Amino acid sequence: MVQILDLSAATQADLGSVAAIAKSAGVDFDDCYQCGKCSAGCPMAHEMDFLPRQVIRLLQLGQYQEALGAHTPWVCANCMVCSARCPQGVDIAAIMLSLRRAAKRAGLRPEKETDIFDDIFVGNIRRFGKSNEAVLAGMFNLKSGHLMQDVLNAPKMAVRGMIGPKLHSVHDKDAVRQLVDKCLAAEKAKGQAAQSGGEVSPS
Amino acid sequence: MKYAYFPGCSANSTGISFTLSADYVGGRIGLELEEIPDWCCCGTSAALVTSADLSLALPARSLALAEQHLPGLDVATPCAGCFASLKGAQHYVRRGTEQRAHVEQLIEMPYAATAEVYSFLEVMAQPEVSEQIASQLTTGLNGLKVASYYGCALVRPADVTQFEDPENPQSMDRLMELAGAEAISWAYKTECCGASHQISEPKGARLLVERIFADAAANGAEAIACACPLCLLNLDLREAEINATRQARGEQPFDIPIYYFTELLGAAMGGSAKQLGIDRHFWPAEALVQRAVSPSPAEPVLDDAGLKPDSADAPAAAPTAAPMAAPMATPEQPAEPAAEAPAAAPAEAAATPATAVAKEVADE
Amino acid sequence: MSRIGVFICHCGSNIAGTVDVARVVEAARSFPNVVVADDNKYTCSDPGQQSIKEAIVEYNLDRIVIASCSPRMHELTFRKMLKDTSINPYMLEIANIREQCSWVHKDIEAGTVKAIDLVKMATAKVDKDTPLFTTTIPINKRALVIGGGIAGMQAALDIADAGYPVTIVEAEPSLGGKMVMLDKTFPTMDCSACICTPKMADVGSHPNITVKTLSEVEQVSGYVGNFEVTIREKAKYVDYATCTGCGLCETKCPTKVASEFDQGLGQRKAIYKPFAQAVPSKPTIDAAHCRKLTSDKCGVCEKLCPTKAINFADEDKLTTETYGAIVVAIGYKLIDWGALYGEYGGGRYSDVISGLQFERLVNASGPTEGHITRPSDGTEPKTVAIIKCVGSRDPEKGRSYCSRACCMYGAKHAHQYLDKVPDGRCYVFYMDVRTPGKGYDEFYMNTQHDGAVYLRGRVSKIFEQGGKLICKGEDTLIGKQVEVAADMVVLETAMVPADAADRLGSMLGVTRDKDLWLSEAHPKLRPVETNSGGIYLAGTCQGPKDIPDSVAQASAAAMKVAILFSKDELESNAMIAGSDASLCNGCGACVNICPYSAITLEEVTRRENSRMVTRQVSRVNPGLCQGCGACTVACKPGAMDLKGFSDEQIMKEVEALCQW
Repeated sequence: MVQILDLSAATQADLGSVAAIAKSAGVDFDDCYQCGKCSAGCPMAHEMDFLPRQVIRLLQLGQYQEALGAHTPWVCANCMVCSARCPQGVDIAAIMLSLRRAAKRAGLRPEKETDIFDDIFVGNIRRFGKSNEAVLAGMFNLKSGHLMQDVLNAPKMAVRGMIGPKLHSVHDKDAVRQLVDKCLAAEKAKGQAAQSGGEVSPS
Repeated sequence: MKYAYFPGCSANSTGISFTLSADYVGGRIGLELEEIPDWCCCGTSAALVTSADLSLALPARSLALAEQHLPGLDVATPCAGCFASLKGAQHYVRRGTEQRAHVEQLIEMPYAATAEVYSFLEVMAQPEVSEQIASQLTTGLNGLKVASYYGCALVRPADVTQFEDPENPQSMDRLMELAGAEAISWAYKTECCGASHQISEPKGARLLVERIFADAAANGAEAIACACPLCLLNLDLREAEINATRQARGEQPFDIPIYYFTELLGAAMGGSAKQLGIDRHFWPAEALVQRAVSPSPAEPVLDDAGLKPDSADAPAAAPTAAPMAAPMATPEQPAEPAAEAPAAAPAEAAATPATAVAKEVADE
Repeated sequence: MSRIGVFICHCGSNIAGTVDVARVVEAARSFPNVVVADDNKYTCSDPGQQSIKEAIVEYNLDRIVIASCSPRMHELTFRKMLKDTSINPYMLEIANIREQCSWVHKDIEAGTVKAIDLVKMATAKVDKDTPLFTTTIPINKRALVIGGGIAGMQAALDIADAGYPVTIVEAEPSLGGKMVMLDKTFPTMDCSACICTPKMADVGSHPNITVKTLSEVEQVSGYVGNFEVTIREKAKYVDYATCTGCGLCETKCPTKVASEFDQGLGQRKAIYKPFAQAVPSKPTIDAAHCRKLTSDKCGVCEKLCPTKAINFADEDKLTTETYGAIVVAIGYKLIDWGALYGEYGGGRYSDVISGLQFERLVNASGPTEGHITRPSDGTEPKTVAIIKCVGSRDPEKGRSYCSRACCMYGAKHAHQYLDKVPDGRCYVFYMDVRTPGKGYDEFYMNTQHDGAVYLRGRVSKIFEQGGKLICKGEDTLIGKQVEVAADMVVLETAMVPADAADRLGSMLGVTRDKDLWLSEAHPKLRPVETNSGGIYLAGTCQGPKDIPDSVAQASAAAMKVAILFSKDELESNAMIAGSDASLCNGCGACVNICPYSAITLEEVTRRENSRMVTRQVSRVNPGLCQGCGACTVACKPGAMDLKGFSDEQIMKEVEALCQW
């Protein structure tokens, strides 16, 4: 259904949040002249609800909530081909990252699996200081409910010496854990600040 | 020629063949690598989407450790993903004192970003190193048609990675030509393989892999060369799966083995499949490289046979359609994993993720 | 004690809207030596000027300050006004309280305070004004036109028709420039050659025009009315006095070279005329490829020439002549897209061609005799993609500006293709369609009706797959990724300044803008003049434009030359630099910095400390000096001063601002 976008309904808070996304991504949305070169070359476009260009358009129009709920930033594989080819030098990939972090801070996760995967990945680093693929895949299956995904590949990897009983980890686990916690806490604080009066600009 | 070595998390797991083959080639050309003490995961895309600070702090920690313990050495890493993360942190810190202070505050260590960061591909593509490689070649690759696949992380963003031409890089092609292969011209050299989404968005991400195979096949590639363990695993592990869906759609399957560029260089130097880790691939990769390094098909140069391909992976198990790529020897008959791996390994390994996961879940 | 009058203009509400004029008047009355201060609604109007003239008489003023718009706008108006009064026209200072004050401020308080400061400074400066006088310069009534494309030819013809001798210098072997390479011209679709070659012939045969092809300007000195120009006429190895242009040499020459005229799509010989209708209609030898000249073999042309016109010993000729005016018409070149657009194949795909290459393909006298075929295999492309804005509106890879002509010639190419290949399909990727011009938008709409499919979106990548060129784009109007599997792709590439622009700009003292186009003196009011007197611009050397605009500008430049030549003498600029020989130490810093080469060092013998001393001092040529003031800044001993902007005056302004 085609709905009317009431552009005048964009609030000051929406516009402030849009500005915070621009600042955090280091871009100026007014640079974008909507040529679509970013979206033309996007390898993940087939999974997106809005093309990257349209996400920028939403932000140009002050439609922050709609942009925040878009699947696109979560589908983005961060291959940066958009940013590399943008004639106006707009770092589209950085916009996607900023939007996704802002959505996560706001408690949104339009793409559940992607969010689960990345959370587990970071959890893995927090715990071991290194990434253990088997743990990653296994936990993803448990948490996402896709229990059988890639299960048949596990024994093949084991045969090839790719995964084994021993988990990789750093010696100074505490240092890495503190480092991760510090960054996550800062991110959480940003989210709380955003809820209590407009998105603050990330450092 | 000595570097501070950042192996990356896959070096002793999914990227084991990269480690083996790079060690082999490095040994032949006198490359010295000193592992950065207590390096940690670079955070890759998961850190990036979670927190900008985290995506800087994790690689910066390892770089700071290198600076502290291995002063004066530039950093080299095999993995393109790690390379991108390390370069990102280094680039950020080099932007100014404010940025440097920010990162140092995060990692609670001094980090001046003095050392350069190089990917293994860049290390080997240096003219003097290439010369070394050339001097070690024995058999050569006898015109094997190779599509050099660079992926995204080495080339973008160009101002950060400071790699070569992001649209049509040449360094791997030149190394392949050096080793006697024919570097084919193709269009998907720097297109994304969707590695970060292969677990979380398998359906959508498989298409990216399929397009890469399709373009390589359309341009006559017999093999694809990679410089990234994520890209390789992604292509190698998914080829059989993609072929199954292609056949279901009535399309021709691919038969294109994927190699680390170091595996092909090593093979051209006379390294065996086992030494180089070519026997550990998912898509059968030994026969093709064996043919390539042999003056005639009847005289295989590789002296020891490694693991046989799994039945599910081998195209021979699905004889309905002919392989698209240029003709090669009929793939070996499927066979069970050979003696190379301990008999107990599969069961043990299969149990490992589950126990670790259970523990992890229990912790939270 | 000077007697200063200060007159503050409201400029309607332009100034009065942001500046409290009454307060400025009040403040001005308190400044030293101000005898009268008054305001006016429009000072530049007749009544406004009249009231100043009356005040001059009434208060016996000897100098005035007018606080109004920029001096670029009306300084001349008020100087002219002063000619009718007892005051020297240079005893005037303008305080710019419009462009530099009211227009850039919103706050009345801030605007008023700043306006008072500006008037204060002008009052301090006018106190030190001295009467200045102009001199006259003789004018040499011969014009030099640099560049023999359509703009240069039009300018040369117009000046020549006005009765003045013209020399036209062309770097290529023939006149005609880019226009003669084109097939048809939008929107009327006249055959380009049919309207361009008669002009070439007219230029070639005009009694007032001397044509020097394969030539370039080597050196320029002098000033308006009196330019000394050295021209290098490169060796042609053919004596044009005896050559009849029979063409026998060309048919027998064994060496084939890619034709520049056909944009690499066809071939020419080592001795060649670039195209059939070339003017002059005589061949030249390409020394880099001629066998005789490179390896002393062959020489077949020399043996065959019926008039013995071949001269392998020919050398470059340098001639120096004097001209009163110079028209620069060196045109443009197309951006080197291959080096910039790796995503479009970077030049690796031979069927991705430039618009100019398409012109040669579609031209009946081109390498394919007008059959549109793929350079790679000679087959007729059944699907063609046209991509606009390649290099234009692309600050990251190319230039930020719009190249102005591409929307129209892009539409023309689509129309021509669909006309010649009726069963073909044509897709035009665009960002905007910009068609301001008589009959232009109608032409574009007709092209759509011809069947061209316009797709709004930039192409991200072109790659070869299965013999097709896959263009990956987005149709931004429906928000979907689109792919066109084309047989041939035409890139409508940006116009960029010709290679000679930079060198010639420096030589002539013409500034270049950020994109290196030669700069006009004023974008609206002096579009064909430059900041160097006697030097004019015509055509695309000033910025991208189409043929009608180039021709119009060329005629305008010619008119400016004719106006200059209509007088016998020229009034010089009074506000020029002058060196005080007693302070000058002969260091030469001013000579090096002067962009107009107006300063020389000369030896003088003078009495210093009761001794006769011979040393070098700088001297300013009043005809060349444009009054830019660069030398006064460079001069360490403070010998150089700009009349009307002396160091003392500027220090007084600073003093007024800080201390009053």
